[in-house]
Amino acid sequence: MRLRIAKKETAGGWRAAAIRIISVLVALLFSGLIMAAMGFDPIAAYLAIAKGSFGSARGLINTVTVAIPLLIVALGLSISFSMRFWNIGGEGQMVMGAIFATYAAHQLPETTPAVLYWVTMALAAMIGGGLYALIPGLFRAYSGTNETLFTLMLNYVAIKVAVFLRLVLWKDPAAKGFPQIKAIPEAAHLPKIFGVHIGWIIALVVTVFVAIYLKYTKRGYETRVVGESERTAHYAGINVRRVLVGGVALSGAIVGLAGFAKLSGVSHVLSESIGGGNGFSAVIVAWLAQLNAPVMILIALLFAAMEQGAMGMELALKIPVSVSDVIKGLILFSALASEFFISYHVVIEKGPRALLRQYRRSGRKELQADTPEGEDQA
Amino acid sequence: MDISLMIALFVASAVRMAVPLLLGTLGESLTERAGNLNLGVEGLMMMGAATGFIAAYHTDNIALAILVGMLGSGFGALLYAILTITFRTKQDVTGLALTIFGTGFANTLGKSLANQNTPPAIREFAQATPLHLPLEPVASLPVLGPVLAFIDTAFLQHNWFVYLTFAAAVVGWIYLFRTREGLHLRMVGENPAAADASGIRVIAAKYVHVVIGGILCGLGGVYISVVNVGTYLENIVAGRGWIVVALVIFIRWDPLKAIAGSLLFGALEIVGFRIQHIEGLSSIPVFSQYAIDMYPYLMTIIVLVITYARKKAYQGPAALGVPYFREDR
Repeated sequence: MRLRIAKKETAGGWRAAAIRIISVLVALLFSGLIMAAMGFDPIAAYLAIAKGSFGSARGLINTVTVAIPLLIVALGLSISFSMRFWNIGGEGQMVMGAIFATYAAHQLPETTPAVLYWVTMALAAMIGGGLYALIPGLFRAYSGTNETLFTLMLNYVAIKVAVFLRLVLWKDPAAKGFPQIKAIPEAAHLPKIFGVHIGWIIALVVTVFVAIYLKYTKRGYETRVVGESERTAHYAGINVRRVLVGGVALSGAIVGLAGFAKLSGVSHVLSESIGGGNGFSAVIVAWLAQLNAPVMILIALLFAAMEQGAMGMELALKIPVSVSDVIKGLILFSALASEFFISYHVVIEKGPRALLRQYRRSGRKELQADTPEGEDQA
Repeated sequence: MDISLMIALFVASAVRMAVPLLLGTLGESLTERAGNLNLGVEGLMMMGAATGFIAAYHTDNIALAILVGMLGSGFGALLYAILTITFRTKQDVTGLALTIFGTGFANTLGKSLANQNTPPAIREFAQATPLHLPLEPVASLPVLGPVLAFIDTAFLQHNWFVYLTFAAAVVGWIYLFRTREGLHLRMVGENPAAADASGIRVIAAKYVHVVIGGILCGLGGVYISVVNVGTYLENIVAGRGWIVVALVIFIRWDPLKAIAGSLLFGALEIVGFRIQHIEGLSSIPVFSQYAIDMYPYLMTIIVLVITYARKKAYQGPAALGVPYFREDR
């Protein structure tokens, strides 16, 4: 007897959903165990996280504010991912977007009306993020350069560019030697509706756009075909390079928009930390949502709640805020593992001797039934 | 201060800066040679740095600190191995998760000891210079004296940890290219199905090298916190794990080239820091400290682009990033 792992036909939606939910619970259990091992009370910690993120109007507003850029970046990345272009350069594209938006804001005269500020900055941010994603996109399309590593490196380049701007080129002389970039004008700030800056409306619009784009437009269809198989796409007459390059640029443009939302809605001052790790967390959000745009809203909110709630937890219980990263990491680990249980199952197989006996007894037929195509009879 | 002493001191700090990069690069090269792209180097180094420092702080024993750091990072690497090898998860997402998990784990664990110093015996180990030459008799010789003094200052005033790291790189090269096991490992990374068919235990080879590779990364973290800095700080690894991922491409998965690569990147790390004291140079934007910080990443990108444009060059293990399914053969 031995164990063998076999591919399953597509699992039912309910079964898959149940496995995913169980996986999150398992992750929470393990994080609880780790917390307990470190001498913290896990139940109190979870309650504090829930209270800090959803327990009050203030907490809720902060949670949504944190979720906005995360959601927009995840949406942008999902276009790349649906082409199997593994863009992990969200952080850099977001920073680039914010850099371009800051530049635009400082070029406009002080008397510019607010709406014009927002539109110009948003466009600039999209151009910044889009161009920045275009570089690895072109190299991948024309010379097959590995995009995972390329986009990863570009993150650090963008962050260093922002540091350089802050400390050297764009250093605000009015800040009395304090190394920072001049804040964007008041008129360029995003106003608040229901206590949250209107970035949330941008995020929802982008959600609808991405959902429709990927599902119902010709270009979105081509994008998905390229993701399934570049060869198939080529035979079907799709210009693979054009779809790839265009898709990556659009992806980067949306990510850049997140830089604008964060800059104009929250920070108001450009710094290298404006990405705030969203570029990396968003990879996980997009991936956990299986590139499904509406589901991303939920997961982005959940991640934001964890981050926001953890701060409350640190204040209340003196448990370090970094515990939320442990929980995030474990949720991701077990969600990754759950994919395995959704698409494979373990088969207990007879050993070679037993098979041989079986073969002698009843002829070839049953042995053939055990070849990979017939796993379910095994 | 005379110029040769200045250069010697510069080389000496480049050597020290190179150690964590070299350990990480060795570890990640082994991991990638087994066909696994582990983007969790940063997390593994953090886990090593935190667990190693805690052991150092409580026991004041360098061997225990190293051992505990190895266990801590080995635990992280094992998690990654189980997920990517047995559960066949997507390697880069898993690696990112490991970085998030490892950084969070280390910062949570190390919080209470942040900003504490290593105890005396460990500090003594870190400051010891076992290969330091007694130079008084030859100091007055015309050519030999200064040359020996330079070599001594640049290369011979380090602790055992530094020398063992460079020795490990040589051992790693011999292992990869001059032993049967190394050949098998490379085969697993290039073509696991063929390796399997020829009787190599692919899954076992992957597990062993991913975990050992992760432990080497963790040792890089131990070096940073326990030996080099002597304290634990939040996010003490400070992005070096990502430089390692870049370096592995830069050195084309070859441990000997890793020595040169990590020295170069280590030197770049301090050039930026030192250059701010040179008035005329640091005012030119291209040579400013903050521009130089960018160069390791830009250099890696250039190498990446050239590698993929020149189809003849070695582009890394062919099965890198692809989970191995025996059933798919």
